[in-house]
Amino acid sequence: MTELRYLAPNSLDEAIKAFAAAGSAGRILAGGTDLLVQMRAGVVKPGLIVDIKKIAEMTEIEQTADGGFRVGAAVSGMALHDHASFGKVWPGVLEAVNLIGSKQVQGRASAGGNLCNGSPAGDSVPAMVAAGAIVTVQGPDGRREMPVEQVPAGPGRTNFKPGEILVSFTLPPRPKGSSDAYLRMIPRTEMDIAVVGLGVSLTLKDGVCTAARVGLGAVAPTVLLVEAAAKALIGSKLDEAALNAAAAACSAACRPIDDKRGTIAYRTKVAGVLLKRTTAIAAQRAKGN
Amino acid sequence: MTVVTNNKWIGQRTIRPDGMDKVTGRAQFAADTNMPGMIWGKVLRSPHAHARIKSINTAKAEALPGVKAVVTARDIVDFPIEKGAVMLGIQDMRWMCRNVMAREKALFPGHPIAAVAATSEAIAAEACNLIEVDYEVLPFAIEIEDAIKSDAPILHEFNKFEGKPSNIAGRIEHKKGDLAEGFKKADIVIERSFTTRPVHQGYIEPHACLISVAPDGKTTIWSSSQGQFMVRAMTAHLTGIPQSDIRAIPAEIGGGFGGKTIVYLEPLATLLAKKSGRPVKMVMTREEVMRATGPTSGSKSTVKIGATKDGKIVAAHGTFYLQAGALPGSPIRGAVGCSFTPYDIPNLLSEGYDVCSNRSKVAAYRAPGAPIGAYAVECVLDEVAEVLKMDPLDFRLKNAAKEGTKAAHGPTFPRIGYIETVEAAKASDHYKAPLGKLQGRGVASGFWFNAGGESSAQVNITEDGNVVVTTGHPDIGGSRAGIANICAELLGIDYRRVSVIIGDTQTIGFSNLTGGSRVLFASSIVVTQSTEQIIKTLRERAAKIWEIDPEAVKWEDGAAHPVSPNAGQFPPLTLKDLAEKAPAMGGPIGAGVQLNTTGADGGFGTHICDVEVDVDLGIARVTRYTAVQDVGRAIHPGYVEGQLQGGVAQGIGWALNEEYIYTKEGKVDNPGFLDYRMPVCSDLPMIDCIMVEVPNPKHPQGVKGVGEVPLVPVMAAVANAIYNALGKRFYALPMSPPKVLEVIDAPETRQAAE
Repeated sequence: MTELRYLAPNSLDEAIKAFAAAGSAGRILAGGTDLLVQMRAGVVKPGLIVDIKKIAEMTEIEQTADGGFRVGAAVSGMALHDHASFGKVWPGVLEAVNLIGSKQVQGRASAGGNLCNGSPAGDSVPAMVAAGAIVTVQGPDGRREMPVEQVPAGPGRTNFKPGEILVSFTLPPRPKGSSDAYLRMIPRTEMDIAVVGLGVSLTLKDGVCTAARVGLGAVAPTVLLVEAAAKALIGSKLDEAALNAAAAACSAACRPIDDKRGTIAYRTKVAGVLLKRTTAIAAQRAKGN
Repeated sequence: MTVVTNNKWIGQRTIRPDGMDKVTGRAQFAADTNMPGMIWGKVLRSPHAHARIKSINTAKAEALPGVKAVVTARDIVDFPIEKGAVMLGIQDMRWMCRNVMAREKALFPGHPIAAVAATSEAIAAEACNLIEVDYEVLPFAIEIEDAIKSDAPILHEFNKFEGKPSNIAGRIEHKKGDLAEGFKKADIVIERSFTTRPVHQGYIEPHACLISVAPDGKTTIWSSSQGQFMVRAMTAHLTGIPQSDIRAIPAEIGGGFGGKTIVYLEPLATLLAKKSGRPVKMVMTREEVMRATGPTSGSKSTVKIGATKDGKIVAAHGTFYLQAGALPGSPIRGAVGCSFTPYDIPNLLSEGYDVCSNRSKVAAYRAPGAPIGAYAVECVLDEVAEVLKMDPLDFRLKNAAKEGTKAAHGPTFPRIGYIETVEAAKASDHYKAPLGKLQGRGVASGFWFNAGGESSAQVNITEDGNVVVTTGHPDIGGSRAGIANICAELLGIDYRRVSVIIGDTQTIGFSNLTGGSRVLFASSIVVTQSTEQIIKTLRERAAKIWEIDPEAVKWEDGAAHPVSPNAGQFPPLTLKDLAEKAPAMGGPIGAGVQLNTTGADGGFGTHICDVEVDVDLGIARVTRYTAVQDVGRAIHPGYVEGQLQGGVAQGIGWALNEEYIYTKEGKVDNPGFLDYRMPVCSDLPMIDCIMVEVPNPKHPQGVKGVGEVPLVPVMAAVANAIYNALGKRFYALPMSPPKVLEVIDAPETRQAAE
């Protein structure tokens, strides 16, 4: 029988030290809503679990001086939901995070775990990509920052170096007329996994889209930043032609597989449909800001 | 029999006796039981869809520290094929012994090969990996069309169909009139073929048991099942332990829907406990449940219906191929016998084929077979009505079975309530409500046989004048609440004074399993008769005290009274008074009755379904649903509605998303609730129920079975609604988003919409 050790350090340095020393046998535990399920299914058999919830920085939501947000990697969906202003500034990110699992799961599950799990279908990831979130990671060689879309390396894999731990997400300040939205296609209405997930963040000035980012999930080995779709939206009044072009760009970006969750043809079409619907929601919200 | 007319408790929505325990988490399910010295059992399962087992070497597993026992097929009592069927209920023990443990061949991925008991679950699992099995891997067939091809791999070489080795294990037919003549009279004939996928019952509680075998062979089983007597009998057959030595204690059950009418773990755990001398606990994972326990059949059906211009069905022919899974026994009887039964059709042939294939053996699922057949028939009826330009409910009314109609499966109907269900559907607000864009409405009807059978009850008056009723059927649908209502009604006391419990096999007489929508029908007969005996005793006791004739004493409002002032002037003697006086007046008061009950009438339902289709995503959502059913007499309306709503919820899942998906290696690719998509609450509207009450004249309270009919019409009602919304027919289930979108995006659909 393999021995399993559990650590819940109070400091990030302590966590990194133990995690780095454990090598491939180490696993980070935030909410545990992926890890514990994988352990129960026998998919992973860690020798060391490092629980990061006792590290203050990991569980804090902080409004930065410039009006942005820093969200700790282990902040639960429910804690983010209950924050006084986060959801007003980033409604799309919040709705994406809150789609992970059920209400009960929301009490534990975190955006950090969702990203590090490396699933192309993780709900919070396309919204974070659209939001232009920057992640802070720390490892034995120190702290660094990277755009969130550079984290996933493929199903179940990240581009973190050995011993590195995700610390937080930093979301930029919002200019006037900005908002975001996230939609996913699932056969059910909840408790499901995205067949396609799409996040849009945009800024409108006098009805013209001056900035946009589009994150697309579950249609490729990693969540995608679809720059061509954003380009089609920027400079337009989000008219039909622009939306069609952006939708076509999303469909074109898809590199899906046929699997039990959806066919290639289905996913490719739905990516475009979701682009239009998500953009409409984000634009509606932006008009009020 | 006394027909109850005052109805103080019958028809009331009383709080269920098991409710408090269930909502507070106190209820004991099978996996909640533990014993000192208990060890854990695990099953080694076949990775192959089809393989001959050449040898099994368990030496390394047995040598692993912590391992206490290993069993293989050699330890299970064999029922040789050539000796013929040994039936236990609807199960043939020849197939059961091969299903609980692969014998000559592994027949599906997940088929048990060996079982291990060890001091921990992890050691047992590790020991399973140390068992060496030499397989000769064979080609396999899962889908019906692959299994019935002339060159299909044969699962059971001994099985012959039309003289040749075949995977078709059986055929039945029901016939009436002259089919060819009937079709000649038809002005229009429509013939369509349909497929459905295997779907699982989806009970939330996985199979689990704890079993202790004492050195003298006395065996105690705690397990979750739909029948403790079934568990006892099957375990006795498969282990050789006499039934008198096996006490099977029914745990609370976390859902069954038919799927817990057979055993998987109990014989293995019994043998492991016997070998190890330690109590053995086994709990399946969800993955094991999905891979190795019975879903219901996938199917392939063809239905042809002919009608005259004025809307009379003159002939119908249905052919239903159902997957049995690894061993014979698909529910063709339900498909063949129920599908056309709501209608009076003079010329009819309904035939069914039982097809073996390399997937887990099917188990019963709510009106087994009937929903599969009804889906095909009710969809074709919708097309016929459309061609005839008739309202689909009027078309059904015109052809409805009624008192005196001879059903193809045998009976001539007594007074039945089918027409009433169609009329109630037609008169409902739902049927008249307007529909918006991309919305559609469909209707369908359904029938299930219902059942009676063996039941035992013991009713005892406690020393303080309250009541304990013991029956022998696991309660899966609120039967304890129904029985408490009936017993309280008969005795004229508050229902809270009646405690209803489920006895174990050694403390209550034989009671057939909970299935076939039989339990409240059958158990309320024996409870009623027992209670009537008690009332007779109470009247006799009062008569003795008052020194008058028992005939001069009546039982009313929970007390004995003189029938009239002429009989004497005495203050009433309550149940409490008579219980207190019992020791001096002849002893304890109680009565038990055991019967093989008869007189169960079939049940009919008619459903209305509204859908709205998101044509860009291919999602069909049910927006409104009404289930109308002839329920006989609703003893506890809340639980009758619960049965109707539950059946509809399962049917909507079957119609829209649920299906077994296989890899090319023949393994189930979605063995969990994430990718096996049962509906969640937010997927469904409130399901409205209209209970039509046409009491069963052969039952003291008018009870008819209600649990199975509500699944029968659903898939057709949903399919017909989607047609109504889109103008496009679907001939295969599930109608999941990618499949719906494919049809919507087909060039001819786009053109028609423009």
